[in-house]
Amino acid sequence: MTDLAWIDAAITAARPQAVAALLRYFRDLDVAEEAFQDACLRALKSWPKNGPPRDPAAWLILVGRNTGIDGVRRRSRQAELPDEDQISDLEDVEDDLADRLDGADYRDDVLRLLFVCCHPDLPPTQQIALALRIVSGLTVKEIAKAFLVGESAMEQRITRAKARIAQGSVAFGAPGAVERSERLAAVAAMVYLVFNEGYSASSGEQTLRAPLCEEAIRLARLLLRLFPTEPEIMGLLALMLIQHARASARFDAAGEIVLLEDQDRSRWNRKFIDEGLVLIDKAMRHRRPGPYQVQAAIAALHARATRAEDTDWREIDALYAVLERLQPSPVVTLNRAVAVSKVAGPQAALAMVEPLADKLSGYFYFFGLKGGLLLQLKREREAKEAFDRAIALANTAAEAAHIRMHIDRMIQDAKAS
Amino acid sequence: MLYALLCYNDEAVTTAWTKEEDDAVMERLHVVHRELEAEGKLGPSIRLMPTSAATTLHKAKDLVIDGPYAETKEALLGFYIMDCANLDEALDAARRLGVANPGGAYEIRPVSLFREALDLK
Repeated sequence: MTDLAWIDAAITAARPQAVAALLRYFRDLDVAEEAFQDACLRALKSWPKNGPPRDPAAWLILVGRNTGIDGVRRRSRQAELPDEDQISDLEDVEDDLADRLDGADYRDDVLRLLFVCCHPDLPPTQQIALALRIVSGLTVKEIAKAFLVGESAMEQRITRAKARIAQGSVAFGAPGAVERSERLAAVAAMVYLVFNEGYSASSGEQTLRAPLCEEAIRLARLLLRLFPTEPEIMGLLALMLIQHARASARFDAAGEIVLLEDQDRSRWNRKFIDEGLVLIDKAMRHRRPGPYQVQAAIAALHARATRAEDTDWREIDALYAVLERLQPSPVVTLNRAVAVSKVAGPQAALAMVEPLADKLSGYFYFFGLKGGLLLQLKREREAKEAFDRAIALANTAAEAAHIRMHIDRMIQDAKAS
Repeated sequence: MLYALLCYNDEAVTTAWTKEEDDAVMERLHVVHRELEAEGKLGPSIRLMPTSAATTLHKAKDLVIDGPYAETKEALLGFYIMDCANLDEALDAARRLGVANPGGAYEIRPVSLFREALDLK
C-alpha cells in the first residue's frame, strides 16, 4: 500500500470516532465537520513526513479541536462570543485524550453522532444521506450517485437535513441506560435503511448502489464493536451479511431477477454467511429475541440449505410466526404466506394473503405472490389480473420483467395443454 | 525452530477496506506466501473472523463474555506457523509479509509444542 492509500484508510477508519468527539466539543455539526476536514489536510502534510501517529483518531481529534477553536475565535470577531459550553472541554490536556477515547465517552460519542442523523423529523432518505455524509464521509457526489439523483439536489437535501437538526436539541450529556438503548434501536433501524437502499437496487443500478450495503455493514460492525453484548446488533449484522452474501446471484446475465430458489448457491459468499451464522449463534445465547435476530435466523435457514428443496420451510414458518408477534405488519404476514404455501399448500397461503388486500393494495409483492398462488391453484384468469396489477406497481424494470415472465409462461402452458 | 507469527492490526482499519482493497492485500500476501512455501518455511496460515465474532470463556467462574479476551486497539487477526532456522530468518519473513500488508505488527513467538492433528480444511 502506498503512503497515500494507507493514510486514506486510516482517515476513513478514524472518521466516525473523530467527528463524533469533535461534535461533542463544538456541539455543532458544521463546525465539527470543518474541524475534521482541516485535521485531515494537516494529516496529509504531516504523516508522510513524520510517519503515522500511533493513534490516528486521537491525532485527528486533537488537531481538529485546535483548528476548530481557531475557527470559532475567528468567527467570534464578527459575531457574538460563543456560549461557554459551546467551546467546553477546552482545558482538556492531551494526555487525557487517549484515555477518554477508550472509555464509554467514545462509545456514546459515536452513538450520538449516528443518532443525530436519525432525527424523527427527517424522512428516511434524508437520515440515510446525512449518515453517509457525516458518519461514513462519503462525498455528496458519491451519495448522489447511489441515490440516482443529481449532485445539487443531494447537496440541498443534506443542507436541509442539517438545518432541521440544528433547530432541534440534541442531548450532549452521557445518556442513561434507557436512553442509550432507545438511541441504539433508532440507529440500528437507520443502518438497516442504508442497507436496504442498496439492496433494493435493480441490476443496472447495483454497481452504483452496492456500496450502500457495504457501508451499512461497516456501520453495523462499528456498532457491535461499541456494544459487543447487544444481541439485536449481532442479529442486524448477521442479517445484512447473509443477505449481502447473495448479491452476485440475485440477477442473471441479462439483468433479470433470479428468485432465491433459483439462485446458483455456489455463487453465494460463504465467508459472509459463515460470519452471519456465528453471530446468530452468539446472539441466541442471550435469550433475548428481537426482530433482527429472527430475520437473521430466517435468512440463515435459507443459507444453510445446499439446494432450494432442502429449505426447512416449517422452521421458517415458525420463525415468521415469532416475527409477527414481535413486529406485527401485513408485510411480515405476506412473507409468512410464502412459507405457508410450501408447508401447507397454496390454498392455505391464499387464505392468509387475501385479508391483507386493503392494507397492501399498493404493494407490488402482494400482487406478485397472490398471482403466483392463484396460478398454482390453476385459477389462471384471476392470476393474470393479479400479475397485471403487480406490473403496474413494479418499482423497477426488472420487477416488471419478472412478472411478465410468469404471464408468458402461463400463456405458453395454456397453449401446450 | 517453529515460530508462530501473530498478526495484529487495528480492526477499524481492516474492516473498513473495500472488497477490492482486501483482495489487493491478499493478492500481494499470496505472492509472499508462495515464496515462503517454496523456501520450505510456511506452514498453516489462519485468518480469523473479526473480534465481534469472538466469545471468551473465563475459566474460573465459567463466565461467557462476548468479544475477544484482550480489548486492545490492535487485535489478533490471524497467525502463521513457520519453520525458520533462527529469529533473524523469522524476522526477515515477517518484514516481507509486512511490505505486502503494512500497518499493525507481527509478534514472533517461538512454538513450544506443535501437535500434528486432523486435516480440517
